[in-house]
Amino acid sequence: MSLLPWTIYLSFGGAVLALGAGARSAAAARWIALLTAAAGWGLVLVAAVGFAPAAGLQTVADGAWIPSLGVRYHLAADGISLTLLTLTGLAATAGVLFSWNVEERTGEFFAFYLTLIGGVYGVFLSADALLFFVFYEIAIVPKYFLIANWGSTNREYGAMKLVLYSFAGSALVLAGLLWAYVAAGSHSFDLPDLAAAAMHFSGSEQVKMFALVFLGFAVLAGLFPFHTWAPTGHVAAPTAASMLLAGVVMKLGAYGCLRVALPLFPAGLAFWQPVIAWLAVAGIVYGGLVALVQDDFKFVIGYSSVSHMGFVLLGLAAANARALSGAVLQMFSHGVIAGLLFAVVGRMVYDRMHTRRLDELHARPLYRLLPFAAGTFVFAGLASMGMPGFSGFPAELTILIGVWQTSPAWAAVAALGVLVAAAFTVRVMQLAFFGRGGEGTAPPSSTSLPPITLAEKLGAVLLLGATVVIGLKPDLLLNWITPALQSPFFEAVLKGGGQ
Amino acid sequence: MTADYSGLAGAVLPEAALTLGALIVLGVDLVFLRRQSLAIRLRFAVAAAALAVVAAIALTLKGGAPGEVFGGVLIFDSLAMAVRLGVLTLVLLVLGISLGAPRPRRPAEYVAIMLFAAVGFNLMAAAQQLLLAFLALELASLSLYVLAGFDKSRPESVEAALKYFLFGGVSAAFLLFGFSLIYGLTGSINLPQIAASLAQQGLTPLLAVALVMVLVAFGFKAAAAPFHLWAPDAYQGAPAPSAALIASASKLAGLALFVRLLWPGFHAVAGNIAVVSGGGWLPVVAILAGASLLLGNIGALAQTNVRRLLAYSAIAHAGALLLGVIAFGVAGPAPLFYYAMTYGVATAGAFGVIAVLERAGGCDKITDLAGLHRRSPFLAACLAVFILSLAGIPPLAGFFGKLAVFAAALQLGAGGPAGWLTFAAIFLSAVALYYYLVILKQAWVAPPAEKTGPVAIPLVTAFTFLAAAAIIVLAGLWPSFLLDFF
Amino acid sequence: MNGFPWLTLIVFLPWAGAALLALLPKLDVRAGRVLALVFSLSTLVVGLALLPSFKHAAAGYAFTEDHAWIAALQVNYHLGLDGLSLVLVLLTGLVAPGALLASWRETRDPRFFHILFLLLQGSALGVFLALNFFLWFIFWELSLVPAFFLIKLWGGAGASRAAYQFIIYTMAGSACMLLGFAAIFAVTGTLDLARLATLAADGTLAAKLAVLGGFWPKAVFLGVFLGLAVKVPLFPFHTWLPAAYAEAPVGVSMFLTGVMSKMGVYGFFRILWPLFPGPLQAASGVLLWLALGGVVLGAFAALRQTDLKRMVAYSSINHVSYCLLALFAVTAATGGVGADGGAAAALSGAVLQMFNHGISAAALFFCIGVLESRSGGRRGRDEFGGVRSAAPVFAGLCGLAMFSSLGLPGLNGFIGEFLIFRGVFALAPWAAAAGCLGLLVTAIFLLTFYQRVFHGPRAGAAAVEFRDLSGRELAVLVPATALMLLLGVLPQILIGLYNPLISFWTAHLP
Repeated sequence: MSLLPWTIYLSFGGAVLALGAGARSAAAARWIALLTAAAGWGLVLVAAVGFAPAAGLQTVADGAWIPSLGVRYHLAADGISLTLLTLTGLAATAGVLFSWNVEERTGEFFAFYLTLIGGVYGVFLSADALLFFVFYEIAIVPKYFLIANWGSTNREYGAMKLVLYSFAGSALVLAGLLWAYVAAGSHSFDLPDLAAAAMHFSGSEQVKMFALVFLGFAVLAGLFPFHTWAPTGHVAAPTAASMLLAGVVMKLGAYGCLRVALPLFPAGLAFWQPVIAWLAVAGIVYGGLVALVQDDFKFVIGYSSVSHMGFVLLGLAAANARALSGAVLQMFSHGVIAGLLFAVVGRMVYDRMHTRRLDELHARPLYRLLPFAAGTFVFAGLASMGMPGFSGFPAELTILIGVWQTSPAWAAVAALGVLVAAAFTVRVMQLAFFGRGGEGTAPPSSTSLPPITLAEKLGAVLLLGATVVIGLKPDLLLNWITPALQSPFFEAVLKGGGQ
Repeated sequence: MTADYSGLAGAVLPEAALTLGALIVLGVDLVFLRRQSLAIRLRFAVAAAALAVVAAIALTLKGGAPGEVFGGVLIFDSLAMAVRLGVLTLVLLVLGISLGAPRPRRPAEYVAIMLFAAVGFNLMAAAQQLLLAFLALELASLSLYVLAGFDKSRPESVEAALKYFLFGGVSAAFLLFGFSLIYGLTGSINLPQIAASLAQQGLTPLLAVALVMVLVAFGFKAAAAPFHLWAPDAYQGAPAPSAALIASASKLAGLALFVRLLWPGFHAVAGNIAVVSGGGWLPVVAILAGASLLLGNIGALAQTNVRRLLAYSAIAHAGALLLGVIAFGVAGPAPLFYYAMTYGVATAGAFGVIAVLERAGGCDKITDLAGLHRRSPFLAACLAVFILSLAGIPPLAGFFGKLAVFAAALQLGAGGPAGWLTFAAIFLSAVALYYYLVILKQAWVAPPAEKTGPVAIPLVTAFTFLAAAAIIVLAGLWPSFLLDFF
Repeated sequence: MNGFPWLTLIVFLPWAGAALLALLPKLDVRAGRVLALVFSLSTLVVGLALLPSFKHAAAGYAFTEDHAWIAALQVNYHLGLDGLSLVLVLLTGLVAPGALLASWRETRDPRFFHILFLLLQGSALGVFLALNFFLWFIFWELSLVPAFFLIKLWGGAGASRAAYQFIIYTMAGSACMLLGFAAIFAVTGTLDLARLATLAADGTLAAKLAVLGGFWPKAVFLGVFLGLAVKVPLFPFHTWLPAAYAEAPVGVSMFLTGVMSKMGVYGFFRILWPLFPGPLQAASGVLLWLALGGVVLGAFAALRQTDLKRMVAYSSINHVSYCLLALFAVTAATGGVGADGGAAAALSGAVLQMFNHGISAAALFFCIGVLESRSGGRRGRDEFGGVRSAAPVFAGLCGLAMFSSLGLPGLNGFIGEFLIFRGVFALAPWAAAAGCLGLLVTAIFLLTFYQRVFHGPRAGAAAVEFRDLSGRELAVLVPATALMLLLGVLPQILIGLYNPLISFWTAHLP
């Protein structure tokens, strides 16, 4: 466990190395990035093997940092953190594999990429609210450069919109956190200390602070109607960035809600619960409906992320043990699935077909030309639909059960989202891969497309394997998550939230 | 007033070193270097000046903090020490930058005046008597006017100097008038006695007028709205190293001077920040802060000239710094100093990059930065560090400066005006990120314009940038180092 | 309890076959076909092997497998075989190889076709054997995927649209079902169907659901109901079926009508009835009408079809609705429906009808497939004529299948329909009377079909050349028709397998 902080340091170190190596050779930068990402993931897995699930955070690093402000360099992990750390390592490694073909300014690409990963690792490990915020912000700037430099459609606009929304959200979080810190008077930013002090805040104070902090984090998680940055930004981003952004970075927002907003301000949650729940439900249904009418392959996936994150936010809003554990499981599951979907759309299809328009893709029978991509997309699509056997199903089932316990009405509308997801997934699958145009007509001049590379296959297998394993044995993660939720840290919110 | 000249001499040894250095620079250049090329003369001047500054730093560190000197005319407490060291560091950075900037026609004079300005700044930080404060301020200001107008080949430079001088002269007049009123009302020009007298008197209309006048001068010095109109033109027209100096050291010293006037001096009539009609200078400073934040950030959005953008950013930062002034009452000098110092380094660095680019072909519009990552990756990287620090992105120092100031300001009451100001500042920094990213977009994303080639940087200037970036990064990773100085 | 994992073998052998085919891309096409057939036949083999040890007397599960699986959701890997499941397993074991033989000449991507088909077969078997909702739902949903691709990629002109409609419709129902079971888990903490049945029997489940208040208890029932109703399909949730059955390739149509429609009916018997006896009884009035709608309107619609596959599709709606008619009649009746009442007959007939219709409808589709292959893709009723003269064997066997579907005494179809009507007449006479209309109309369209296609002068596609049945086609139709004859005369072979279950059901009626 004490190795976990090295995931952060390795990532930052790897970023610097990749930058330097990239000046010499792109291949060197790639390999450094792959080794760094895999090493980080390896460290997490090693820690996971020796992990003893217990209630409460287990400290992995603690030192004074800014005593005059009460900030400590305090890193800790519990089952929830570990779940998300595993996701980060997996997504990072797969992302590098899917970026093997980046030729322009490769060193810089992987430098930004690994910096982003390092920041994400830091967020999931922070137990000090300000340290949490610092890592959260560190993750923002690399996003801009990744999208603006290596992205596609509307990349400068998409990058700016994404970053400004994220930063605005984090500004809200900072405002709320500083307010809480000052009001607590305990001169400490440590999360358990803040939670203890926050119990003495008046109800109206908690309501306002919660609104600031939750909204700030929820913007990054894609809460309707503050989600508009997500489809634009994710579509604009290059493949690996989309995988990370939709797969992992959106989870930063949800994690912030879970780790910071909910435990610190339970009275605030009780007040805002219906609003958040209905917004989340709206996101589920709206995101799905909009995905249903898109003409661009990548936009479908972008909007589907909004829909799936709606499930996470709904689980968070319901705030009982079952719903929260489902939300964390869905964070993991969607992280893997979104990674797969963007990998297929961006790397496997777009890099070869140079179009993402569904009508153009439908003109050629892609399932014949790119059978591996088609197969991967079918599986990823099934997982995205919540098909049993894949990780989305136990996650969505658990969330539905938990949400039902708080309010059957929310669960009923959310179940509608499952249907809409099926509809848009099947539609896009049909349109993109199963065009019948190629038969009967003369074969196009370039019937053969570049074959799927080993790196892509490896990445796909990793992600698919993860979703199948968790789909068939969700206990692997739930055994970490459920004890973590029994910590006294979550007691207030579980009591006050849904029954 | 006891005339302890030896104590005074010992305390102002750093300033003496600077003055000596300036005289040496002028003298040697006049006698020996008249026939040499500009490059050699500049190099010599900068080398000598750097030596003088280093000597001053060493003397400052050795001298410690003797406290009141010469009967309370000067006070060398921890704030004065910190500001002195900060100013000297900034001057060193600006000297390094000037080696990479387009060469001034009279290098020795240029550098010498810089050193005189530095003397002025140091004395401003330590002044505890109204007359000395005014003298130091004028010494610094006059030096800066000249530095701003040094490049006679460009009409903007002359115009900048003129505007700066006019504004500065008027504000100096206001300040002097205010000081005389205060002398009249309190009967002393030493701050401790003034403070005692004001505690007894309370606020009278005449005193309010005096305070307003002092605040006008303060607003001008800090480039706070609505006294900011000189800043865009001055920053745009002055030679780059001069602009760097104005933006960094001048602000730092100015803030130190006025914070000493306001808090230890006039704190009795500070008033309640929530009650504007109650009188006192605290609400007024709050209004200045709010106006600067709004005007600075919104004004910057529309800029296409990179220097003007930095000017508006300076106005916005002035607003946040004023928040630090307000918070001085509860949190002491640490947040304000940290923020001002790191802001100074970052802005000086940014102007330095502009300076180097000007020498390489020109840098007016933001689009002239295009493709910097190809033309000079080193410059682009340094620029990124400076700009991101200005934007307040952790783990760079700019973020922690803002954090310290905001945390301190919120202690005055989250629901009250201080709280609202703080929240406004936080949200406006999200707005600010947009225009900072516009700069970085050009440097890192846009392809180089045609007919632009690689940028050559003199070694010393490169080293200066590296040092500045290192300061920002290290101050961000270990903020305690500066925060705990006090 | 957990002896040799026969049931796991039943479910996963077809999947193993699919995996094997997937891993051997270079396998010769003919070898691949044979391999697929072998794995498909494994179901029948294992099912028959289990017959002797099947304890006829007990009403419970003769074979079970129960292993801990997902502790966090109280989910066990729980499979169970009783009389009902055995009947359906045997049905699958018969229809699936027949469907494969029908697709023997498939030239487009045969390997992929076989992989998907074996996956489909395994999933269907999983549905019939799973006893924990989580596991059951996995198979239920997974069966949609190969079916979707089979229809879409090997189907006719409108296949894409038909497949899309099929999967969306079914997933809509599944979403409702998922919600219902989420609620059930939320109040009871278990997803095990056997346990839930126990809880429902003593009223605990109803009581716990009633705590929710408002219309939510009814909503839970409705959710589970919808999920199953779409699959059967029960009128009016049937609109996806005709297109899907018609556009699918022959083998897939056979399997869809033979096995997949029974999955829905099985769900009614295994899940909806045991868990929601009260709400089902309350809704039975309406449901009877819906079942009747399926019976009557299905038959009338079939009458109007000229496309033979669509005709059989609508006929399937009609025949399967008989099963539900029986069930709803039983649940609607209150009091005095013991052993001498019609309940035993109705229920017994329903199960028998499931099996019989599976065989006869699959056989009918096969015959239409033969017609289609001989005519170069045409399958209109008026596109043939006098086939009897050209292919007498075919006409004979097809006639037997047709009469079985019609319910001629002496063939298997009669027994099931007779028992159903006998039972329903005792429980809800008016429904039986209305249902007779369905019988009448079925007779009309089936005889019309037979007359137009087989009798009269040779015309249309049969005018020039019409070969009689090949060896492969005989291998499918002969056993099928033999079974029809055998079960028509000796139905107790099948009835004996599930009779104890019927007794158990009728004993526990309210």
